[in-house]
Amino acid sequence: MKKKILIHIGAALFTILILVLLQRLLMPKYISTIHEGNLIAEYYDEVKEHEVIFIGDCEVFSNISPITLWEQYGITSYIRGSAQQLIWQSYYLLEDTLRYEKPKVVVYNVLAMKYNEPQKEAYNRLTLDGMRLSVPKLRAIKASMMEDEAFITYLVPLLRYHSRWSELTEEDFKYMFHRDTLSHNGYLMRIDTKPVTVVPKGKKLPDYRFGPNSYDYLERMTKLCKENDIELVLIKSPSVYPYWYEEWDEQIVEYARENELTYINFLKYVDEIGIDYNTDTYDGGLHMNLSGAEKFTSYLGQLLKEKYPLPDQRKDKRLTKIWQKKMDFYYAMKADQDEELKEYGYLKSYGAVAQSIEEE
Amino acid sequence: MLFTSYRFILFILILFILYYIIPKKLQWMLLLLASYLFYSIAGLRYLIYIATTTLSTYLISLRLNQLQSEQSSFLKEQKDSLDREGKKAYKASMKLKQRRWLVLCLIINFGILAVLKYSAFTITNFNGVLNLLGTKPLPLIGFVLPLGISFYTFQTMGYLIDIYREKYPHERNIFKLALFISFFPQLIQGPISRFDDLKETLFSEHSIDGRNISFGLQRILWGFFKKLVIADRMLIAVNTIVRNPEEFQGVYVLVGMFFYAITLYSDFTGGIDITIGVAEVLGIRIRENFERPYFSKSIAEYWRRWHITLGTWFKEYLFYPISISKSMLELTKSSKRRVGDWLGRRVSIYIASIVVWLITGIWHGAAWNFVVWGLLNCFFILASQECNPLYERFHSRFHIRHTFAYRLFQVGRTFWLMSFLRAFDCYRDVGTTFQMYSTLVTRWNYSELFQGGLMQLGLTIADYIVLTAAVTLLLVVSLQGRSGSVREKLAARPFSLQYAAYTVLFIAILILGAYGVGYDASQFIYSQF
Amino acid sequence: MEIIIEILSGLHPEVDFETMDTLIDNKILDSFDIVSIVSDISDEFDITIPVEEIVPKNFNSAKALYAMVERLSEE
Repeated sequence: MKKKILIHIGAALFTILILVLLQRLLMPKYISTIHEGNLIAEYYDEVKEHEVIFIGDCEVFSNISPITLWEQYGITSYIRGSAQQLIWQSYYLLEDTLRYEKPKVVVYNVLAMKYNEPQKEAYNRLTLDGMRLSVPKLRAIKASMMEDEAFITYLVPLLRYHSRWSELTEEDFKYMFHRDTLSHNGYLMRIDTKPVTVVPKGKKLPDYRFGPNSYDYLERMTKLCKENDIELVLIKSPSVYPYWYEEWDEQIVEYARENELTYINFLKYVDEIGIDYNTDTYDGGLHMNLSGAEKFTSYLGQLLKEKYPLPDQRKDKRLTKIWQKKMDFYYAMKADQDEELKEYGYLKSYGAVAQSIEEE
Repeated sequence: MLFTSYRFILFILILFILYYIIPKKLQWMLLLLASYLFYSIAGLRYLIYIATTTLSTYLISLRLNQLQSEQSSFLKEQKDSLDREGKKAYKASMKLKQRRWLVLCLIINFGILAVLKYSAFTITNFNGVLNLLGTKPLPLIGFVLPLGISFYTFQTMGYLIDIYREKYPHERNIFKLALFISFFPQLIQGPISRFDDLKETLFSEHSIDGRNISFGLQRILWGFFKKLVIADRMLIAVNTIVRNPEEFQGVYVLVGMFFYAITLYSDFTGGIDITIGVAEVLGIRIRENFERPYFSKSIAEYWRRWHITLGTWFKEYLFYPISISKSMLELTKSSKRRVGDWLGRRVSIYIASIVVWLITGIWHGAAWNFVVWGLLNCFFILASQECNPLYERFHSRFHIRHTFAYRLFQVGRTFWLMSFLRAFDCYRDVGTTFQMYSTLVTRWNYSELFQGGLMQLGLTIADYIVLTAAVTLLLVVSLQGRSGSVREKLAARPFSLQYAAYTVLFIAILILGAYGVGYDASQFIYSQF
Repeated sequence: MEIIIEILSGLHPEVDFETMDTLIDNKILDSFDIVSIVSDISDEFDITIPVEEIVPKNFNSAKALYAMVERLSEE
């Protein structure tokens, strides 16, 4: 009898092992396309000593370069950004981050305030699948699910990705257990250029008020930072599109005033920063390219340095060593992209394909 | 709650655990609770319909029972004083009383079903007539059909008729009757159980039994395999074909019929597998509803092996009552005199068959395509019955009756004949169906199929490979099943082999199942009925 | 009894109805046969066979049929 039970337990464990392996195999690896899918998970392998944490959507992970912040100001920072990160996801990612470290400053990009409800399953996946299992993750899932989604598919992603069996590539086997780091502390580098040709006017909206859900999470974010003695800074990145309405801006100004927060709309400082929309974006104004990101980061770093007590960490030998490696990687990638651009005319392996899919 | 939803899986898991930890006396009550919970998830307001059916049936079954015992005690008392004629007259009067109650209950329940299911159909057709007369059309009333109403109404009315016929004693406990009517695994799509059959295990106490549980789970797994890996995947191609009749004609119609045959079979029997499996885990035995129908050699045989419980219901409660009723027998007698023995003998059978098939047709759906479908079924059954002597002569002359090839031919013939008839179900429109039949001859595009045609149906090469492998497995299991239960055979094999078989099946469902994002959640095809 | 055998043989000349006792279970008689039998028996014996008597156990053999006829004529 005892032996029989042991056999059954062994068999069950074996089945589970197979399932775990299958799940690893079938989950998308985001290596050759859609690098955004890797951003959230990469954080966990970092040395978690950051003074500044950025949260938000593509307007943080494309426009801000932590390497520049380090090089110019000796500020250690990390971007917990992801594609179309909704505000509750930002909030729970902040909760998640606080489990590991306590930054001095948290910078939140307010564009996502415009979304009061979950938008798209695919974007949910890009943000949530990378999170390690934790209470904040469970809450983030609950807050993010579309109507036709099932909770369990986030806990057991195999149930979501099982149909990929017919489209598996070499990549899926190669990166089953380990994935290369693709971002620079959460920054996704792109050096190609596509100038802004038209500055799209915002369509008239029936209602400009941000939704109650958005406000709720902004308030919770504010409270969480206060409780942890963290300075919360609200920003609007200088991307010209999606359109940022004046009515929206006023609401954030109002909110910041009421809660004694700093809010800066960098769209108003474009000239001062020195952004040239002919050379500084890679997709006609949605995202900055490296040149634009470095300009913006330089300006933003100056502000942060002046306003908050962020000492120059470059004196710390240990940290310098860590960051030197990051810089090497940064410049190596830059060189690689340069070469690729020369060879093919576009960034073949840095997401140019994914971008065109997304724009469709 | 779909059988193939995460919620249903969670639901039955919790139920299984609770069922075996609570006192055994309470087990059937838990099932009643679970069934009503299951039903109310589909919609609270539907409860009123199933409750009405339960209450009316219960009250009238009590009344029938009262009349029956009144009769027997009266007869016992008057044993000596009454002569035979007197007894007969008394019995007849009592039967009439009972019949009135029975008819009342039938009217209430079939009335509900008819109003909910057929009012839109009736009004549409009525409006057609009004239109001809130049009168204003009536407004359409659309009801949402309560879950499984066609099934539970039939099952419950079968019970009441059995009580009326004194086949078995009535159920005294209304809650037990309520469980019989609402038992959740068979609520959505049958089988239509008989009370004396189901009560053996439904209300008894069950202790945990490894064999029941493992056999039940296996059966559930097999059902999921059929449904998720085969039916839901193939349904994509079927829908592409039948929803675009102007584009997919000729050979595609043939492909559509073939795929639909497999889809419907996998979907319906897969659902029944889940039903029977869930019940089996609970220690409850539900009667089989299928017996490898596609191996049938004639349409009549097919209908004895496909959706068996529905066929039995119609035979017991409609076909016999009509065909051997007094007036029918008299009609037979007089027609025998008038038109001869050969034809006279057939009158009652023909009339009863046509009625049964007409109703079987509308039972499947309130639309003309189902009426035509039912009548065609009837036509083919009667025609093949009549052709039988012809076949016999042919066979005895050429000695081919028992050859394997001939049997294969019969099976193939039946399969394709049924597939052709089912086109009415696919296209849901009589005109379109006939038009598609005609394209089989007029559009000679048979070479197109393997020159990219199959790739336009919404399935990839990978899908076709999976389907081929899965259907082959289905076929092998069916062939094996002819000589006894496949699970029994597998259970006799070493543990490692059993374990491997079920693990592979489980993983195959997880990976290859057509579920989740990217696949449309499709209701069990049969639960619309 | 002879009459019953005769009726049955008229439908299926190839079956030995004296001994066969699984007419329903082995699917020798189908529902059409049963209707014919009921109609013939009612004629021959002048009895009414109610629907509730149409159960396998009454139709499985000539003997069972005979027993049913006897019982119904007595009532």
